[in-house]
Amino acid sequence: MLTCKQFLQELNDYLDPNGDPEMKQRLQSHVTECPNCFVIVDTTKKTLQVYKGCEPQQIPEDVKSRLLKALERKMAARKAEQA
Amino acid sequence: MSLTPTTPAPTGFDESALVARAKAGDAQAFTDLVNQYERKIYRLAKHITQNDEDAEDVLQETFLKAYEHLDNFQGNSKFYTWIVRIAVNESLMKLRKRKGDRTVPLDEPVDTGEEMVTREIAVWDDNPEQRYSREEIQEILDNAVEGLKPDFRTVFMLRDIEELSTEETAEALGISIPAVKSRLLRARLALREKLTRQFKRKGEDVFAYL
Repeated sequence: MLTCKQFLQELNDYLDPNGDPEMKQRLQSHVTECPNCFVIVDTTKKTLQVYKGCEPQQIPEDVKSRLLKALERKMAARKAEQA
Repeated sequence: MSLTPTTPAPTGFDESALVARAKAGDAQAFTDLVNQYERKIYRLAKHITQNDEDAEDVLQETFLKAYEHLDNFQGNSKFYTWIVRIAVNESLMKLRKRKGDRTVPLDEPVDTGEEMVTREIAVWDDNPEQRYSREEIQEILDNAVEGLKPDFRTVFMLRDIEELSTEETAEALGISIPAVKSRLLRARLALREKLTRQFKRKGEDVFAYL
């Protein structure tokens, strides 16, 4: 059986839906027998879930308007070049 | 007079069609691309630079450079991946400048796990989201990411938040694939540890569901 340290080193593979099936099987058998690693897997999954659930917040209005102005200047300069 | 029939409004966001129109000189198409991705680019820049002013500069530079070099964009990768790469480079330059020209050691080998972070082993509340307001959760998540070293933070942002592949992340950062993997692992474990401190089930029965 894998040690906890070995298990943790392969944790990404365990969480990766496309991970190597044979390795996943070995990792799975460790998890079923090791309560600590079970909790680590579970809370790591939850960690990823909470982060993935975050939509980026709105950009502050003034930041957005400065971005658009800078772009407009650039686009106008490009147009003038081509004319 | 154009005889082209009016096409129905697009239901999804078609990145490659917008890029093609932008390349052909359609300014509105480029602005649509900006609108689509600006929040993600700003978030990425903010997390890497940890500074509002730098993040704003990065946001501008990224889209100005993308506009300027649009002709060089070959379409081998997604447009989004391409601008993420520009944003990462701009952000890292800001970090380096701020640290008095000391190079941020993004390409330095990191030790991969003599002491894996596993001090906090406790189950979480079933619904930590209900214990905190949305703003509080956001703050907890942001603080946890900010506490990571820049090389772990950046890899985590690209892989788990921006959802780039391992290969794309390696390319964007100019590091090897094993380096991406080991940094991602360290980042995930460190975040898990930090969040567990906030979200662990209160009371005696921390292992109750085993």
